[in-house]
Amino acid sequence: MEEARGRVHKYGDNIDTDVIIPARYLNSSDPAELAAHCMVDIDPEFAGRVQQGDIIVGGENFGCGSSREHAPIAIKASGVSCVIAATFARIFYRNAINIGLPILESPEASRAIADGDEVEVDFQSGTIRDITTGEEFRAHPFPEFIRRIIDAGGLLASLREEA
Amino acid sequence: MGMTMTQKILADHAGLPEVKAGQLINARLDMVLANDITGPVSIKEFDKAGFDGVFDKSKISLVMDHFVPNKDIKSAEQCKTCRTFAKRFGIDHFYDAGEMGIEHALLPEKGIVASGEAIIGADSHTCTYGALGAFSTGVGSTDLCAGMASGMAWFKVPSALRFELTGKMPPFVSGKDVILHIIGMIGVDGALYKSMEFCGDGISNLSMDDRLTICNMAIEAGAKNGIFPVDDITREYMKGRVDRPYKEYSADPDAEYEKTYTIDLSTLRPTVSFPHLPENTRTIDEAKGVKIDQVVIGSCTNGRISDMRAAAEILKGRHKAAGIRVIVIPATQSIYKQCIHEGLIDIFIDAGCVVSTPTCGPCLGGYMGILADGEKCVSTTNRNFVGRMGAVTSEVYLASPQVAAASAVTGEITSPEDL
Ligand code: SF4
Repeated sequence: MEEARGRVHKYGDNIDTDVIIPARYLNSSDPAELAAHCMVDIDPEFAGRVQQGDIIVGGENFGCGSSREHAPIAIKASGVSCVIAATFARIFYRNAINIGLPILESPEASRAIADGDEVEVDFQSGTIRDITTGEEFRAHPFPEFIRRIIDAGGLLASLREEA
Repeated sequence: MGMTMTQKILADHAGLPEVKAGQLINARLDMVLANDITGPVSIKEFDKAGFDGVFDKSKISLVMDHFVPNKDIKSAEQCKTCRTFAKRFGIDHFYDAGEMGIEHALLPEKGIVASGEAIIGADSHTCTYGALGAFSTGVGSTDLCAGMASGMAWFKVPSALRFELTGKMPPFVSGKDVILHIIGMIGVDGALYKSMEFCGDGISNLSMDDRLTICNMAIEAGAKNGIFPVDDITREYMKGRVDRPYKEYSADPDAEYEKTYTIDLSTLRPTVSFPHLPENTRTIDEAKGVKIDQVVIGSCTNGRISDMRAAAEILKGRHKAAGIRVIVIPATQSIYKQCIHEGLIDIFIDAGCVVSTPTCGPCLGGYMGILADGEKCVSTTNRNFVGRMGAVTSEVYLASPQVAAASAVTGEITSPEDL
């Protein structure tokens, strides 16, 4: 996990886990099946449009609502390489880290980046570059303990390393 | 610097004399919970990671409540995965159809959670148990899996907001109105990452059911946890349910809070959250008159015995309005039985309601009351997001059992005062 590059799918504030993956699809935990319904209640064309490496940009409180890990799993399985938002709901934040979906908080990037822009992210430095507009933003790079989890390949792998 | 109640519980569970907001800690867990939706994901991870045992079979709860009795083949498979896992490791607290209840009503009722404990659950409303003076928060399936294997979880120590409650609630106002009022005031991200600590002399006027309802919806303000101090009402509730020693914590007098809100309970009105966010609150006076198609009374927020009694009091001798459906779901088997003993089920059925065995069912748009295109529902549940209870164009209005029952009688959002 060093960098991501892709086209942006932009959404607003309070994108909740019910629109990321509605409960009616929770009778499965198969990533591919979840990806097929990702964002369906807010953006029915998302699953058909998303390309490997694409980036989701949201506003405030992205991922609020239920604790369903199916939400970051659906996003990751869609091929999304990174989610950038002004702020994240806390359970979504930990779930994303724990399953290895990179996420960055940057209110400035969240405001400035437009739907369809080409964006590049350097995770080492926390730099977000909007290639379409030439603008650059800086997010907090991951704190030490999160890097440890990610470097180990997720929470469970890090746990086994310690054991 | 003093610590908040939440910080003191976390410090103790991390084996540290002191913690500060923002600090990352690894804490020991007293209970780890999953349900039939989140459990299978954790179990799959558990097997994939190759763990060969759980940390403590008496400190894991698996509650089959979301799609139980199973609504389709896939749901049945999910329960089967949990059942097999529970059997393999001899999990003490495995609740299947027949014994189950909605997890957040069931665990306090059975004394599985207690004051001073640290609890994680792969369900966002795990924050409910803060009502007992516990630190309790929702996590995802991977955290849950790690918790089942190791009995530990990482946390960022939260800062806190303090809610000082004074006075006494007027008639027809309940814990649901208190928390809806607070969410309306601070917004769905008003407490993001933070603890909501309740205090003040008004607390002594809140029953345990009121407190459970209030803490249940702390997540709807984005909070990490909600928590009440331990008092005689807490001790009385735990008597006969919790048979192990438990610890009582209280906030230090010089604990730091980001902000203090004072709420005079006597000034509150019955409150309704309009679609599509819990923060879109209006008092009943501004909410009256919306025509509805369905009413749901139940869930982990308002499916307890006092909720059933409050609804029955209003429905007694009355009938639901023509053309609407009213679904009543007691949250656990023992609440269901109590409703039968007290004659509440007769009242509900005579009033034209559907009464069901415990299930989350309609709350998350699973089954047992899905809404069609454009339909409106008054519900005692906790979320009114787009499509939460069915069709994307359907609408959910969150309210107390009293308001829901009164609305069932007239077919539109109604104040119980007006019947
Ligand atoms: S009743 Fe609703 S909110 Fe509560 S646990 Fe079940 S689905 Fe979740």
